Amino acid sequence: MDVNSNKYTIGFSLVMVVIVALILAFASESLKPMQKKNVEREKMQNILQSVGLTVTRDDARENFNKFITEQIVLNEKGEKVDGLAFEIDILKEYKSGGQKNFPIFIYENNGAKKYIIPLVGKGLWGPIWGYIALNEDKNTIAGASFDHKTETPGLGAEINQGWFQAPFVGKKVFDESGTYQSVKVIKGGAKEGDLHGVDAISGGTITSKGVEEMLIRTLKTYEPYLKS
Amino acid sequence: MSESLFSKKNLKLIKDPLNDSNPITVQVLGICSALAITVKVETAFVMAVSVIAVTAGSNVIVSLLRNVIPSRIRIIVQLVIVASLVILVDQVLKAFVYDVSKQLSVFVGLIITNCIIMGRLEAFALANKPWASFMDGVGNGVGYGLILVIVAFFREIFGSGTLTLPGIGKIEILTSLAENTGYQHNGLMILPPMALITVGVYIWIQRSRNRKLIENH
Repeated sequence: MDVNSNKYTIGFSLVMVVIVALILAFASESLKPMQKKNVEREKMQNILQSVGLTVTRDDARENFNKFITEQIVLNEKGEKVDGLAFEIDILKEYKSGGQKNFPIFIYENNGAKKYIIPLVGKGLWGPIWGYIALNEDKNTIAGASFDHKTETPGLGAEINQGWFQAPFVGKKVFDESGTYQSVKVIKGGAKEGDLHGVDAISGGTITSKGVEEMLIRTLKTYEPYLKS
Repeated sequence: MSESLFSKKNLKLIKDPLNDSNPITVQVLGICSALAITVKVETAFVMAVSVIAVTAGSNVIVSLLRNVIPSRIRIIVQLVIVASLVILVDQVLKAFVYDVSKQLSVFVGLIITNCIIMGRLEAFALANKPWASFMDGVGNGVGYGLILVIVAFFREIFGSGTLTLPGIGKIEILTSLAENTGYQHNGLMILPPMALITVGVYIWIQRSRNRKLIENH
């Protein structure tokens, strides 16, 4: 048989494509449950991280079920609606045109209640995300955790470090008159006693601005619920 | 088959790429990924294993098909085979070593473009039997991985003061020195340029010990 004839070449490619497609589809389908489990456990880890609870990946599910007592889905007016909060991809919700749903996770430990809100935004090079935890007054920040995909190491990438996240604790989302303020990331450093500002990262201005924009935009969507 | 599986000739296929024809230090192939993922020993190790799996696997498959692949589309066929193997490796990493797969991020996908693999397919697998091709693939993969792990070893120790070994975890080597005596980790070691310099130093030492490799002008 002539290996270089047109007919053979086309036939060979067709058979090859079908075989490769079958193998890859099979591998993808059979490994999907394990991959999904990894992603889920990482999400649980991140959620718990925002209230200062560091757990290993293996313990993530157990601790999550123990401390996260309620998972609520809110609509844009801040009313509870049906749905699985954990399954919501908030990036899609912010982009989607129609009815939007926003998840909120409630953490409870020794009677202390904390509200955990997921965040998504844009850094300099790619997406940034995180979780912010509010105390029972739905105003004071109890903790924050941020992460990024491809921010510059040593500069913007520092947002996932403790020194950047720790100052958020104790800041307030609303001022005394109850007006929405969010928390600003201030270049050159926040003034002492500023309840609505934290230090930005030197050399990481655009990532810092990204964190600020993410907080302002995201917490705003939760304003009706936080005020209720 | 008259020749034994581990004859001198076959073993040479594995040994040569470790030293005399090392893909990184002698042929200078696959340098880009060697710079990017050698900050930690563990990531370098997983990358090395992934590349060994892909070079060995694709070499065997191409060698088995060498008489039926139409020569006009052989590069495309090779690419499809390599790409499928890389996707398989990526999926397996995501399922079993999720953290490492996150650190390797795009570099697993970029194994497809690693010149070592296509180079071995074109130069060896298309003209040799499956077993010899397998040995050649393993040899070149190990030769690549060896350099990766050696470079990562020095970069991690001097850059972060730790060693992250696969299966064992993080071992603190120089961190107590840094805490007690004012010794500073060399931050430059973590940046890509130092990988190039470390590879350069390796090439220098290798050539001073292996005179065959010195070109005569």
